Amino acid sequence: MFLGVVTGNIVSTISHPFYVGKKLLIVDRCDEHWRSTGKYVIAVDSVDAGVGERVLVLDEGNGARQVLDDAEAPVRSVVVGIVDAATVDG
Amino acid sequence: MLLGRVIGTLVPCVVYEGLKGVPMLWVRPLDRRGNPAGKALICADSTRMAAPGELVYYEGGREAAMALDPAFVPVDHAIIGIVDQLHVEE
Repeated sequence: MFLGVVTGNIVSTISHPFYVGKKLLIVDRCDEHWRSTGKYVIAVDSVDAGVGERVLVLDEGNGARQVLDDAEAPVRSVVVGIVDAATVDG
Repeated sequence: MLLGRVIGTLVPCVVYEGLKGVPMLWVRPLDRRGNPAGKALICADSTRMAAPGELVYYEGGREAAMALDPAFVPVDHAIIGIVDQLHVEE
């Protein structure tokens, strides 16, 4: 999993049937100090996150399919949490 | 998933069992602002509706094959959907 900041969203009418009705967010990957790493990912939202929010992203297929309750879904990245605070010592 | 721009088509004459009729498209990966980022890829099109010039999002790895039917096919990138509207805040 990694931390990220939601920077946008995607509207799409033509998509794989699994993605119909799913909210897609653009999430900037961040390091432990919330600095952008320059990478991003398009993730399915499962927690009603919005633009500007700091989130926790699951980036692994089997876990993602379990979260979204579909064993056949072609999905890997899911927003699974909204982060209140992340503390790093050292 | 990541954003990409369809830049061309590809017509294979002989394909592995299960890939007959699956469109193959050249896709240029993009960063979240829509600027080109990296080398062009060949993606199978799970929507079967993407065309050159369109903005799409694609998945790589095992999930790419899972987007197709049959799912047990030798594919490493697949277009999952076509972007109607992209909203990104800076």
